[in-house]
Amino acid sequence: MRSPLLWRLLVLAGFIGLLEALCLGGVIKPLTMQPPHKIVTDLVKMLSSGSLNGAIAKTLGNALIAFIIAMILGVTSAIIIHRLRRVRDTLEPLFATYYAIPVFAFYPLLIILLGLGDAPQIFIGAMLGIVAVIVNTLNGLDRVPNVLLKTARVNQMGPVETALRVTLPCASPYILTGAKLAVAYSLIGIIGAEFIMSSGGMGYEISFAYNNFDNATMYPLILLILVVSITINMAIARWEKALMAKRGLR
Amino acid sequence: MTQIAQVSLRQVDKMFSRGGNPADTVHALGPIDLELRHGEFFAVVGPSGCGKSTLLELVAGLSTATRGEVAFEGKPIEGRIPDGVGVVFQEDASFPWLSVRDNIAFGLRRMKLPPEEKAKRIEKALAMMGLVPFAESYPSQLSGGMRQRVCIARTLVTEPRLILLDEPFGALDQQTRLLMGDEVLNLWRKTGATVFLITHALDEAAMLADRIGVMSARPGRLIDIVETGWPRDRDSRIVQEESFGAITARLWRSLREESMKSIGKAGTTI
Amino acid sequence: MNRQSGSILRNTLTLIVVVLVAWQALYWIVGDIALRSPLQTFAFAGKFMSTPQFAQHLAETSKAFGLALLLAVAIGLTIGFTLGASRFLSDVFEPMLIALYSIPKITLYPILLLAFGLGMSSKVAFGTIHGVIPIALFTITAVRNVKRVYLKTGQVMGLSPLDMIARIIFPAALPEIFAGLRIGFSLTLIGTLLGEMFASQRGLGFLLMSAIGLHNVDLIMALTLLLTVFAGTASVVLLALNQRLYARS
Repeated sequence: MRSPLLWRLLVLAGFIGLLEALCLGGVIKPLTMQPPHKIVTDLVKMLSSGSLNGAIAKTLGNALIAFIIAMILGVTSAIIIHRLRRVRDTLEPLFATYYAIPVFAFYPLLIILLGLGDAPQIFIGAMLGIVAVIVNTLNGLDRVPNVLLKTARVNQMGPVETALRVTLPCASPYILTGAKLAVAYSLIGIIGAEFIMSSGGMGYEISFAYNNFDNATMYPLILLILVVSITINMAIARWEKALMAKRGLR
Repeated sequence: MTQIAQVSLRQVDKMFSRGGNPADTVHALGPIDLELRHGEFFAVVGPSGCGKSTLLELVAGLSTATRGEVAFEGKPIEGRIPDGVGVVFQEDASFPWLSVRDNIAFGLRRMKLPPEEKAKRIEKALAMMGLVPFAESYPSQLSGGMRQRVCIARTLVTEPRLILLDEPFGALDQQTRLLMGDEVLNLWRKTGATVFLITHALDEAAMLADRIGVMSARPGRLIDIVETGWPRDRDSRIVQEESFGAITARLWRSLREESMKSIGKAGTTI
Repeated sequence: MNRQSGSILRNTLTLIVVVLVAWQALYWIVGDIALRSPLQTFAFAGKFMSTPQFAQHLAETSKAFGLALLLAVAIGLTIGFTLGASRFLSDVFEPMLIALYSIPKITLYPILLLAFGLGMSSKVAFGTIHGVIPIALFTITAVRNVKRVYLKTGQVMGLSPLDMIARIIFPAALPEIFAGLRIGFSLTLIGTLLGEMFASQRGLGFLLMSAIGLHNVDLIMALTLLLTVFAGTASVVLLALNQRLYARS
């Protein structure tokens, strides 16, 4: 009866139940938070009416583009940086500092450089995600055993084929760790930028609803973002776990 | 063709310099002269740190000689990996993300062979190394000895004319080593390839090889070459023979002083 | 050890030079509409730092950040040691923490605003929720990875549970815990600043947000520079300390 999954579900159910009770009992005012069941029904209503589908598609679409850019550029740069010891050492302090820098401060600059469209938002999302991808990919590349690289040479493989067939598969669990973070960071980048300055998207709709005390729109949108990010994260984590299990790790 | 040795090393030296500093240069190996005959089983023994593995890397084309020439079938190697050479390392080099079958197929990916021929070779290698029941398993599900078989099979499918073994059984227990030794002898006979084995175990060399090269302490040179005179269809039971004891004794006589030198050297550097 | 921290210093200096050169080059390309040159930014930042307005906002941000960091470290370590010590508890709660770590916390700011109101407590809360989870996750792993033989040694010596934590688990796990604290520091800082940007009317984050709104390029550049310099100095110092700890173990 000590199944962790069961207990996790119990804890979650207990937490939601508590929120529900506090909201219905009036301890948490309706202006602060809607009871959970109402958030869910509002979300279903919102999605089926399709009133905000445009905003949802815009935000998630942009986040997806930012994520893909962060992954491709991040993995490629990591492979290059990994071979250049000096460059890597120099970048180390930047990696350590990066996530304490308020990247959103560059948003106005990006708007001037890239125009008022989706491009500056995607840029911020990709910029936030890429360092997490680089750092984790480097970590994975560090762990590729030397003997596998020798094997690649004995099999007469060039640098590109070695990367595609030996180093990247070997480092893939670590790259997936970076991918999980990149998902969160591209969403943070897009939604944060939409909060600051935008004419559409989920971030804009959330702050618009907040300013108008429209909790029936705000909470379902927040819930949707949480559900989407947790679902993607869990899917990647499951994949990662399967890879590790296949290698007899963990 | 038979006039040309399978592998020849002429006046080969290898230096390592730390951080490109010429004052900090280590003479690791050489000068070495050696010719491997077609189809022979040649083993190299030597004290630890004498450059045995460096010698193998030179023959494999994994590193280049500082001086002298290394040639495979008459053509200089010069740091390029020649076709027809397979290498099995001491460390586990099986790819953990590929099944046993895919690991073995990996060796064939470059070869322009019809798919049926590839499939046939893979099945043959699986059978030869006793891996048929594990074809769809992943390396993590296998023991160390079985993983080493996967690596040997991955080399065998390319049908190499020269197989380089770098202490392939170093990480295995004694019983497994003896049995693996039998298997190596078996596939050496079946494939007709030349085998070049690096080992620190004198009994292993004495049991497996036709000729055994004894290396000195650093810089590693060949100080003796012992002909064992075993028949081609030998197996691990020759360890009971009288001449087996004589061979290991001779190897140890040549090596004892060198080993003491290498330990003494280590002692002074501490 | 000294060689290593020396190389961090050298790498940091190289990086600063590279960044300054790139910045100046970008300024030449983009021009005055969106950017100031490094020199102009330094001059403006210097002037701005001596104003009472800056001191006031800085004090506000420091207070919020200090409180948030304190809370994040205290709560993070408590969670970390509790879950790290129990296989069962960490099996139940660790995946939940990882899931929480992965959500874009920026979306939660309206909820915090509604719950805590506009001001100090909501930005402290925002800073804390950013920093607490990495600290907890790193501590869990660190505590779990303490070698069994150390624990057995402690048991043989008859240490009390408290002594066990203070004399064996904590020192053994320190390098890894410190890595968590380093990341927690960065994330608490960014969380506090984001909290100020979206949920406050005081502090450097608020100042930055209003500068963005007013398109005050001088102020945006100066604030970003100051915040980056602070975050960078702290991170590099913490990184150097961390490497020293790892070198010891």
